[in-house]
Amino acid sequence: MDASMIAGTAGGVAEPRQLLSPDGTLPDGAAEALNDEALLSAWRMMVFSRTFDERAFSLQRQGRLGTFSPVNGEEAAVIGSSWALDPGRDWVVPQYRELPAMLRQGYDLRRALRYFVGDPAGNDMGEGVRVLPYQISLAAQIPHAVGLAWGLRHQGSDGVVLVFFGEGASSEGDAHEAMNLAGVRRAPVIFLLKNNGWAISTPVSKQTAAASLAARASGVGFPGELVDGNDLFAVHDATARAVERARAGEGPTLIEARTYRMGPHNTSDDPTRYVDPAELERRREFDPVDRVRRYLTARGLVDAASEEALRAQVEAEIDAAVADVEGGPAPGVDAVFDHVYANPPPRVIEQRAAATGEG
Amino acid sequence: MAVLNMVEAIRSGLADEMARDERIMLLGQDIGVNGGVFRATDGLQERFGEERVVDMPLAEAVIVGSAVGMACSGLVPIPELQFLGFGSQAFHQIEGQVARMRFRSQGRVPMPIVIRAPFGGNVRTPELHSDAHEAKYAGAAGLKVVMPATARDAKGMLLEAIRDPDPVLFCEPLRGYRLIRDEVPEYEYTVPLGTARTAREGDDVVVVAWSAAVVVAERAAAQAAEEGISARVLDLRSLVPLDTEALREAAAACGRALVVHEATLTSGFGAEVVATIQEEAFWSLEAPIGRIAAPDTPYPIASVEGLYVPSVERVLAGIRQVVGAAP
Repeated sequence: MDASMIAGTAGGVAEPRQLLSPDGTLPDGAAEALNDEALLSAWRMMVFSRTFDERAFSLQRQGRLGTFSPVNGEEAAVIGSSWALDPGRDWVVPQYRELPAMLRQGYDLRRALRYFVGDPAGNDMGEGVRVLPYQISLAAQIPHAVGLAWGLRHQGSDGVVLVFFGEGASSEGDAHEAMNLAGVRRAPVIFLLKNNGWAISTPVSKQTAAASLAARASGVGFPGELVDGNDLFAVHDATARAVERARAGEGPTLIEARTYRMGPHNTSDDPTRYVDPAELERRREFDPVDRVRRYLTARGLVDAASEEALRAQVEAEIDAAVADVEGGPAPGVDAVFDHVYANPPPRVIEQRAAATGEG
Repeated sequence: MAVLNMVEAIRSGLADEMARDERIMLLGQDIGVNGGVFRATDGLQERFGEERVVDMPLAEAVIVGSAVGMACSGLVPIPELQFLGFGSQAFHQIEGQVARMRFRSQGRVPMPIVIRAPFGGNVRTPELHSDAHEAKYAGAAGLKVVMPATARDAKGMLLEAIRDPDPVLFCEPLRGYRLIRDEVPEYEYTVPLGTARTAREGDDVVVVAWSAAVVVAERAAAQAAEEGISARVLDLRSLVPLDTEALREAAAACGRALVVHEATLTSGFGAEVVATIQEEAFWSLEAPIGRIAAPDTPYPIASVEGLYVPSVERVLAGIRQVVGAAP
């Protein structure tokens, strides 16, 4: 790895590494790892994700969906990184704003909708799907990712683990403890720190005095890299190299993907209370989806008609999934008791019997 | 049968299970070359290798949290908290993650973890080392909490805990590590979780205790016998699952009950025991149920800990009071 790419080693404020410029131009040979087929499937997921965000908001406002956190603005960070994995052997350990990465691993959209409507069954990722459940206690998933990566390697697998967290969660002790252990064990894990500027209403300036969060890797003995998190190619390239290192037994990598949360934290949040509208407008110029569209359009791979067709297709897909979930049975009281214990204590058995009227 | 002390019984249980199941990994501070600060893992790294008996960084949350991921990968991790009092540094991982992962993942992510944790007072370790925090873990739904009081039970329950697919907090009495010695079978055996043990027969009053407090209760019961009081001692062995049937039977047979624990009185597990007895055996009770516990003050440093942890004298006084109570 080029020393300039290890953030913090230069001693100054590092600039995020960028491949695809905001105007949609990509230097020749800059991103060979993302071939056209993978690129077009990533584009499809970007469009899907933006569309799903809109639909989910509308469903939530109609009272048909529970709390939902949109990906809006972070598509390149989530999709660029997860597109560097092999879902057949690699794992994703999500926080809660990484639906595209989970779908790519094989998580079914219907299960996702079940989760968002509040059915515990939606947190079952499905047979053979290498994704841990959503994490609500921020940063608690990071030690899990390290143990999972270490455990896979211990058992002779060459699978790697991609764990997502934000700059807010990076302040938690679990983030430090986990990265420190990963360094000691050389665990095959990629820490994908999405720095989206906001932890609900707390700006990154109140989260840390550090100019670069990627630089934290140097304190725990492995490489860190700062990338433009709104650049699909840069995120994919950094992750692909980190995956290669991890698979080869060279240990973990921290990637700080600097992005921007263009929407609210979730459906309950009102960012107009704390986000400067001028700043948000300025950030929209760096929209990660627009940037890929410009590139694909220039190459003649996408045009307005094909995007419109794609949008109609994903809308139909989402509508069908929503209809299936809304037409399915609502969870009953068993959902309160199912899977808590493999061998439940007698008290829990009695409580269940009483609750289900079988007592 | 061999007479072993508690730490030898635990070490023997770990070794037997590691030999039986190569998925088992031990994670903890100082457990490798040093064999654990109490020698519970002495010789295990030499026998099973550095990859299975792992010296971890001084960071409880990731000792437990990495075990969660390891379990997800198909292994059977046994993380050790050097002292239960420092488990607070990992409480969010134990209560929020270990205990709930099976539920959260709808049974998809297995969680066969056993967290071993020595605890308890009167060994002259400063403050938090001695804390008896079992009640706060007993409130962590999804977790089982067991507290053996004999070497035989320690080994038998450890094997049962390791083989149980549910996560178990396995609390070991610091003071009993070497003082508690009894016969441990050489053949393979397990002790089911959630079954209490009658440590001493009696029919005037039942003294309910667990872990090192059982020894104190037995001594107090022996002295009470000299005064003509027949005190039964019920060793709960396990808080979750709780043997409510044994509590009902003992309270109904004796009509009077006293609970003893090392934790502070308020919100101690004794409150749960008292509530359970009144639900199960209220009409058999002849007197209010007594509680002997630590005062509602933090665990002190050495010179006064004998005045803090329930003593034989305090338990005996409690027995006299419950037996002497009349409407």
